[in-house]
Amino acid sequence: MASSVKISDPVLLQARNLKKYFSAESSNYSRSSQTVRALDGVSFTLREGETLGLVGESGCGKSTAARTVLRLTEPTAGEVYFRGQNLFELSHNDLRSLRKEMQIIFQDPYASLNPRKRVRDILEEPFDIHRFVNGKERNERVAWLMERVGLSADQGEKYPHEFSGGQLQRVGIARAIALHPRLVVADEPVSALDVSIRAQVINLLLDLKESMAISYLFISHDMAVVRHFCDRIAVMYLGKIVELANSTQLYSTPQHPYTEALLQAIPRMDPGSKKQRLKVRGDLPSAIDPPKGCAFQTRCPISEKRCEESIPPLKEIGSGHHAACFLRN
Amino acid sequence: MHYNSIERSNNELPKKNMPTSELRVQNLKIAFSSNGEEQVAVRGISYHLNQGETLALVGESGCGKTVSALSILRLIPQPPGKILDGKILFGKDDLLKLPAKELRERRGRDIAMIFQDPMTCLNPVLTVGEQIIETLLRHTAITRTAARKKTIELLRQVDIPSPQQKLDQYPHQLSGGMRQRAMIAMAVSCSPRVLIADEPTTALDVLVQAQILDLLAQLKEETLMSILLITHDLGVVAEIAQRVLVMYAGEIVESGPVQGLFRKPLHPYTTGLMNSVPTLEHNQEKIHRLSEISGTVPSLSQTPPGCPFHPRCPSAEAQCRTEKPVLKEATPGHTVSCWLNQ
Repeated sequence: MASSVKISDPVLLQARNLKKYFSAESSNYSRSSQTVRALDGVSFTLREGETLGLVGESGCGKSTAARTVLRLTEPTAGEVYFRGQNLFELSHNDLRSLRKEMQIIFQDPYASLNPRKRVRDILEEPFDIHRFVNGKERNERVAWLMERVGLSADQGEKYPHEFSGGQLQRVGIARAIALHPRLVVADEPVSALDVSIRAQVINLLLDLKESMAISYLFISHDMAVVRHFCDRIAVMYLGKIVELANSTQLYSTPQHPYTEALLQAIPRMDPGSKKQRLKVRGDLPSAIDPPKGCAFQTRCPISEKRCEESIPPLKEIGSGHHAACFLRN
Repeated sequence: MHYNSIERSNNELPKKNMPTSELRVQNLKIAFSSNGEEQVAVRGISYHLNQGETLALVGESGCGKTVSALSILRLIPQPPGKILDGKILFGKDDLLKLPAKELRERRGRDIAMIFQDPMTCLNPVLTVGEQIIETLLRHTAITRTAARKKTIELLRQVDIPSPQQKLDQYPHQLSGGMRQRAMIAMAVSCSPRVLIADEPTTALDVLVQAQILDLLAQLKEETLMSILLITHDLGVVAEIAQRVLVMYAGEIVESGPVQGLFRKPLHPYTTGLMNSVPTLEHNQEKIHRLSEISGTVPSLSQTPPGCPFHPRCPSAEAQCRTEKPVLKEATPGHTVSCWLNQ
């Protein structure tokens, strides 16, 4: 998998210095507004056939990145190129027709599928919107889709609440792949599912990648799932990418202390083992008032004076391995 | 390198000849009525919690783990809930039969509970300090001034920075991890003998989760309390528990010491769960597919006959479809309810 994608493969998606700031009122009674820097200069490339993981803790900006690269929200600054076209310069109509090729799967299928529609109608909607096929063919496509994601076609008559979480996530996936997209952004697609169901859905996503030549931007907080699923991984912290490497490099030789701490903090299924852990202090700082210098400096076990003074840039430190840390560059 | 080596002396049973049970649950059956139908959520489970141990109750959503834990403090709303049968023995008393007033005395003092979401546990209109002080005043003979002092001490014990200030803050002013710590401080304020922890780290990020697990292990060491940990995360179990109960469809299907159970799981459900979790231990070359458990958890109203796991079990035989297996000891301390592994 990791080896199947080459540098020479065409670039599908490219984000350049993407920024998204939200304004947050400090309280209802105060007029001074503050800025949350949800995305603060994020750049990455996704090649055809590749799976890129965006990982980080809650509030690191990974979901904002997912929405912004699909132009579901307008960026504050930066560019996103999808097959060479700048998404933010496209007209409404052009963007709409391009949306066939880029789809999203959300974390909670109960929230992302209309509870008042039958599943069949939910799955017909993409064909209606993009005026793809006529009535009869549409029915066949829906039946094919349902079987493709492991449901039976007669379940199309049911409403979302009649499904279990895992089955409903399959419906969400069926909707995303209906128009044969090139890119699927999967925003925590298995986080709300039970352990035994999670593996089923991950396997389904892997099968679809192979059979339909889909590239994924995979958003998750779960380092173990990401490792299993992704070719390359970008670790985010407070709106910035702090490390970017292929999966093998990242897990065997993490360079940023944050990545290292994340990996060490994952509970191991090995009772009684003694482990070494980087001691990370405290909680994630507020994105409204991020620390000066390196954003991780307040929690970093190895920080030095210069980490407080300036922001370390994301630098290539080995072949394809980027990290933003003064001490590891 | 500033590594902090964490050595926990858990994962070992207390070094006594016969550990005493703090809590014994016997044949507990709990049902819920919905639309006039009675649906059994917990189907006669029995277990004990030893002094000073961490016992994990593991299972997926709907398996009855939270309901059975809530019933210990009689926190299940009745109706729609109903305890059909069983005893929960704490010392000599059956908690299910204790008068409400006496039970109230024990909640928080002898048995305390922490929850997944601290916001459902902490009162949003009282300061954190006020809530802990209230608990102390309620259960211990202490003056208000002393209670305040003790609260600061408790907040410091759970690693809340600048406790004097945090004391007078409201829950919404604290971060998720800090709220979880404040809730733990409140739970351990009266030195309970048993702490029930319902998914205490599920809502937390992984770095904070590691901190909270360390904290629970450390508090257990210091106070010798017993912890009943409810979780769906096998990694968390391996990290802090000494014994495990695996629940499926309202029943305990396997139980045993954590090392034995992880090394050699006996029930196909336990094996399936362990294999379906992607881990960092998998060797460098990725396995393309995860092994999965087919099908879904049965609904309460449609629990299959025979072994409840048989429709999803890869090795089910004819007997599994008709006859219900019972929990039997396979090796000392390790029990399983499966026809194929007894």
